[in-house]
Amino acid sequence: MPFVPVPTSSAADVVVIGAGVVGASCAFYAARAGLQVTVLDRGPVAGGTTGAGEGNLLVSDKLPGPELDLALRSARLWREIADEVGGFEYEPKGGVVVAASESALADLNETSAGQRAAGVEAVPVSGTTLREYEPHLAPDLRGGVYYPEDAQVQPMLAAAHLLADARAHGAQVFLGHEVSALLRDGERVVGVVTAARRHPAAAVVNAAGTWGRAVAALADVDLPVHPRRGFILVTEPLPRVVRHKVYAAEYVSNVASDDRHLQTSPVVEGTAAGPVLIGSSRERVGFDRTFSVPVLRTLAARAIRLFPVLAGVAVIRAYRGFRPYCPDHLPIVGPDPRAPGLLHACGHEGAGVGLAPVTGHLLVQVLAGIRPDIDLGPFRPERFA
Amino acid sequence: MSDSFDFDGRAVPFDAGQSIGAALLAAGVASWRTTRRGARPRGLFCGIGVCFDCLVTVEDRPNQRACLVPARARLQVRSQDGTGRGALSV
Repeated sequence: MPFVPVPTSSAADVVVIGAGVVGASCAFYAARAGLQVTVLDRGPVAGGTTGAGEGNLLVSDKLPGPELDLALRSARLWREIADEVGGFEYEPKGGVVVAASESALADLNETSAGQRAAGVEAVPVSGTTLREYEPHLAPDLRGGVYYPEDAQVQPMLAAAHLLADARAHGAQVFLGHEVSALLRDGERVVGVVTAARRHPAAAVVNAAGTWGRAVAALADVDLPVHPRRGFILVTEPLPRVVRHKVYAAEYVSNVASDDRHLQTSPVVEGTAAGPVLIGSSRERVGFDRTFSVPVLRTLAARAIRLFPVLAGVAVIRAYRGFRPYCPDHLPIVGPDPRAPGLLHACGHEGAGVGLAPVTGHLLVQVLAGIRPDIDLGPFRPERFA
Repeated sequence: MSDSFDFDGRAVPFDAGQSIGAALLAAGVASWRTTRRGARPRGLFCGIGVCFDCLVTVEDRPNQRACLVPARARLQVRSQDGTGRGALSV
């Protein structure tokens, strides 16, 4: 058989693997910085991790520390992007975290005091005034905290609009093109290969979300990004019955948990289109996409516990996907010294939509040779070795 | 003398086995819902339970598909604005 070489594209400054919201954000900032950008995804825009999410932009669920620093910065960047780009149902609606017991309320108040000290706006709300925030909340809740900086986007639209902006700034986007290998020059990663062509590049960004480990493996680098399955219920379209992001205080401890078994905590929000979204569940079951009726039933029951009005509302569908988590529950952001030329932007667990802008912003600072505004030390890829 | 159900205060006759939507159409009613955003009129479109265009409020339960719900004597059927749940709005 004669050797037929695949065509080679002209060299890009950066190839981004992944057209989810994190990859789109990397492409957005890189293209606006004047870099020649190529984005590749084996599927469609937002077809993996992003499309299975709710679009939460939360500071309220982050404890003081490096992830909260990212979240606070990212909240401001989302606001800027909404002003400059828009079109993705950005709603700065604020969050209300509620406690059903005195002990949960005590924990919540302690958590929010720490967050306030770290710069988060967090307003204690008594049990009697909770329903001024959310008239349909169950009357017996003990209290809560209002977080005005929490917001929401439609994640698929957000990824699509960020990518469209990147294209308007010269980026090339290849959907349905799976990266099968990396181009190497000795240790260095100098591009990617698909079935269709070779894409040489000065740098390659791994923004493959839950599949970030598989992409890293192409460079013989181990990146401990693992899937955590989550389901979301979608109700029939409603008028506005839920004003804020509303969730129960135990959500924060569930996020941080290392328990592999099913955990659920109610997270409820309305959408611009009308349906109410009901999360959240977390299970470590690998990449098993099987629907679980008991999980869906539990989610519904817990949402009704917060909002009894939902008992008379029909669920029209449910979806599920995988949150990419790392052992320390922090994302992986930055250059990989084990494979020079390869940078990672993955492993954001349930916070990838919220943290997408700051991730793209910081990575592009790295690519441009600028010292990042926020220390990337806690997120460095080799920290698990 | 056929049975009838109540549609917005008017008696609509039906034959055994007919859906609410079919009976409404036979009685000359082509629209019984308005859309959520543009308040445009809607009635039967696919007629086979797929498109959710023919939503109607039956016995105080909004968003029932008129093409699938069998007509029964004395049912209270109401035309529906938007989500049919405007009273819940906060």
